[in-house]
Amino acid sequence: MAEEVKLFKTWSTPFGLRVVWALKLKGIQYDAIDEDLSNKSALLLQYNPVYKKVPVLVHNGKPISESLVILEYIDETWKQNPILPEDPLEKARERFWAKFNDEKLLPSIWDAFTKEGKEREEAIATSLENLKFVEEELKGKIFFGGEKIGLADLVFGWLANLICVFEEVTGFKIIDERFPVLLAWMQEFLELPIIKDNLPPHDKLVIKYQALYEKYHPAK
Amino acid sequence: MSEEVKVFGFWCSPFSRRVELALKLKGVQYEYIEEDVFKNKSPLLLKYNPVHKKIPVLLHNGKPIAESLVILEYIEETWKANPILPEDPYEKAMVRFWTKFADEKCLPALWKAGWSPENEREKAVDEACECLKTLESALKGKRFFGGETVGLVDIAANFIAFWLRLIQEATGQELLSAEKFPDLFKWTDEFGSCSVVKESLPPRDKLLAFFKARVAEAMDAQTNASK
Repeated sequence: MAEEVKLFKTWSTPFGLRVVWALKLKGIQYDAIDEDLSNKSALLLQYNPVYKKVPVLVHNGKPISESLVILEYIDETWKQNPILPEDPLEKARERFWAKFNDEKLLPSIWDAFTKEGKEREEAIATSLENLKFVEEELKGKIFFGGEKIGLADLVFGWLANLICVFEEVTGFKIIDERFPVLLAWMQEFLELPIIKDNLPPHDKLVIKYQALYEKYHPAK
Repeated sequence: MSEEVKVFGFWCSPFSRRVELALKLKGVQYEYIEEDVFKNKSPLLLKYNPVHKKIPVLLHNGKPIAESLVILEYIEETWKANPILPEDPYEKAMVRFWTKFADEKCLPALWKAGWSPENEREKAVDEACECLKTLESALKGKRFFGGETVGLVDIAANFIAFWLRLIQEATGQELLSAEKFPDLFKWTDEFGSCSVVKESLPPRDKLLAFFKARVAEAMDAQTNASK
């Protein structure tokens, strides 16, 4: 049976982008459906009734939601260019750090972007603490996965293309020379053809996040 | 090399009890180390989980793994007896989806509903009931989320089967009832009556007393706040 793979996402979502990267890494053909989140399609709501969110991967008509669940599914279904190692302990490490990004780092940086006053100060402090842990984990490695990218790299990958957008919009540099290993990783990651050739347009991202920033910080 | 397995936990934590349940299900011998999480975490715990400084931590032949769901997947991949995940990638994805839902949505919503102040309670309870309804839909009339045997979703939802009932008793609130959620309620009995599950639960009276003390504390705090 001919394989049918569809990916519901938006043009800018980092959660959809990590799935794009995984599919490209494994050379999987797929149809991309970019959703307008202010007007979600009936299909999206049918495929993800619980969260009503993107990304959703549909493989031969069967939907899978939640980007980390999708990434593990992709790795188990298409075996070329694995994103998870064989060894259970190393696998656990990748999963631990993927969770850390989604549950700690990303939310803290998002708070630093959206909050004001004292809450913002606290969010920045938390983000810096979180970044220190990530810096420590990366020491001695090129990628989180070692010599090649893996699950954690794909999940942290949003830093490589979005942090500069945040910094441009806010005028505040969060990943500075205090994080040399992380900065080196971002550069290496962005140079990979799979990544470089599959990024949302920078200018369009700046416009989008500028508008969001103004929404969260209305001029008084 | 003889296997060395240790679990750093806390007696009333559903998270460390999840890990113990999975190990017991697979017949893995382990040493349990009780941590004093509120007042005095051990240097070993801080060394093994420097990022979160939390329990549970599984130590396998000297190598630490933290985060209960990460630990559960590690246990599944390391000890093959009595699998808690299906073989098929799509079925596996569904199990992981529901595990995440139970862990990231249900638990926080239920906890919030149990302890929220009067003025926020109705909204919190509504949200918690939505979660329970959605989770119940994943059961599809099966005995366990895992089918005929306890699986990853059942283990992740352990809070609902045991802790929630005692919180309800302590607070006088009823979130999970047989009338509102018949399938889920039945599941809590099925799950709770498994011998290996019973061995992985905190002592009922001690936990109930713990929750009753929290209710008293919360009420004192509210009374003082409104003075």
